[in-house]
Amino acid sequence: MNFEISITGFVAIYIFMLAAFGGWVIIGNVPAILHTPLMSGSNFVHGIVVVGGLFTLFNASSVTQQTIGFFAVLMGAGNVAGGYAVTDRMLAMFKTSGHAAHATHGKAHKKSSAKKS
Amino acid sequence: MLSNIVHLITGTADLIAAFLFLYGLKRMSSPVSAPSGIRVAGLGMLVAILANLLNVFTVDAAAKPHLAVNIVLAAVALLLGASAAWFKGRAVAMTEMPQMVAIYNGLGGGAAGAIAAVELFGNKTHGISELVVTLLGGLIGAVSLSGSAIAWAKLDEILKKPMRFPGQRFVNAAVFLAALVVGGYIVFTVSYGGAPLLPSNSILWIFFGLTLLAGILITLPIGGADMPVVISIYNAATGLAVGFDGYVLQDPALMIAGMVVGAAGTLLTLLMAKAMNRSVSNVLFSNFGEASKKKQGKMIGSEKPVEASDAGIFMRYAASVIVIPGYGLAVAQAQEKLYEFVKLLLAARVKVRFAVHPVAGRMPGQMDVLLAEAGVPYDLIFQLDAINADFATTDVALVIGANDVVNPAARTDKSSPIFGMPILNADKAKKVYVVKRGQGKGYSGIENQLFYEKNCDMVYGDAQAVLVQMIEAVRGLGSAKAA
Repeated sequence: MNFEISITGFVAIYIFMLAAFGGWVIIGNVPAILHTPLMSGSNFVHGIVVVGGLFTLFNASSVTQQTIGFFAVLMGAGNVAGGYAVTDRMLAMFKTSGHAAHATHGKAHKKSSAKKS
Repeated sequence: MLSNIVHLITGTADLIAAFLFLYGLKRMSSPVSAPSGIRVAGLGMLVAILANLLNVFTVDAAAKPHLAVNIVLAAVALLLGASAAWFKGRAVAMTEMPQMVAIYNGLGGGAAGAIAAVELFGNKTHGISELVVTLLGGLIGAVSLSGSAIAWAKLDEILKKPMRFPGQRFVNAAVFLAALVVGGYIVFTVSYGGAPLLPSNSILWIFFGLTLLAGILITLPIGGADMPVVISIYNAATGLAVGFDGYVLQDPALMIAGMVVGAAGTLLTLLMAKAMNRSVSNVLFSNFGEASKKKQGKMIGSEKPVEASDAGIFMRYAASVIVIPGYGLAVAQAQEKLYEFVKLLLAARVKVRFAVHPVAGRMPGQMDVLLAEAGVPYDLIFQLDAINADFATTDVALVIGANDVVNPAARTDKSSPIFGMPILNADKAKKVYVVKRGQGKGYSGIENQLFYEKNCDMVYGDAQAVLVQMIEAVRGLGSAKAA
């Protein structure tokens, strides 16, 4: 059995269409309060481009290709790591006025102000 | 044999990753499950990256002699890029989130553009459709890179003012068209060359040079208040470029992740544009703010300054207060002082809520994140539609660092550039306090009649300093009364 993936013509268009529709539906339900983390989160998700960057760099066979491939991986890695770091930080801050939230509030508060100094 | 096993593993990992991305984003649709959503997506990313490292066993024959060097380059790039972005992302202040999202997004676009470039320079595309998709991926990725870089510079206030010159729209269109023509020429030479006629490297350099320039030129004239729309456009653009690269590299995980983000970004862009009552092309091409240089209707009444302490005490004895935060709150880093003040009011049994306009700040939902950082529970935060009707029955509307989003001209003055934009009806409250750094217009340069209304008092000063005075004034009343 051959496991190499081969996507051509209409199959590619079907994948694109279904994925776009899925994205539209999933994001359509997100309340406005989460728009920033959502944008930052989807920003992280397209960081998967680093996988393509790695593939390209591994297959580079000239100095030009190696140089551009290097930057592809460098930028892709930045996208992934940075996108995760900021999204995780933002989401950790959302809490309700319930009792549990207040208990953790002091700690988170201290941490964030320490970072700024 | 070995390469087939690698294909099986990477194929499975990509499938898992694609599922986890979708599931993770789905979990992000509620504040309760959202924190786990990013971790789910993160796990998917980890699985995909680790499995795809196995691709070192499947490289082309041409790349075999270079493999050792390529692996070292990849390791250096991964460690360098990831650690730099990680530490920056961990350390940066919450108020600087818009520029961080802009720059990380630009990096993704750059990576997508660079992948397309390697495919083109190495002449690795097969057939016309693949060539066209690669060129599109390169174009969109490069525009996203340079455009996001300019957006970042604007948000970081390295570039202070929108840059505009006569005939700018014409120049922008010409550069963009030139990039398309060069791209078309590359396709033309390949398709009519019979044998695979190589697009020469110099033409490719011109192509990428033009696309990078186009991104810079398009973004330069756009003002800071329009940044929520711009950031989400470039987010969508990067997603699209990644999706196209996925097709070229035959990687469905990239195709799916890219398209999902492309669609999500497009939806968010439309929502933002709708919140400003403007079309997306109007934001990109109309040089917003020029119109406001024209004469505007005279403001009736006068701006009445009051002491912060008086305003603070007045709110302490009000029954209900709605706080309207704007970008000025972020600039003054006053979100924590604001919540400290609000907690005093809450302790005194004042009903306090926050009203957030969709385009307040410099990215979609920026105010929500700032308030969350200060510890404000999200069930005290209300969006425009949910709270607008309540202003009429509210004692005090406290406007902090917001301007255009409470400008009644949007409802009444047809000549105003913001006419038709849904606004928060702060003017309907019995009493309005506006905290502002000084007299003068808002970011868009539009006069605000609200400030001159009889029921509106101005509290001039830095938001942080003003709030400290309010806090002291309310504390000075003593806790006996508050209890």
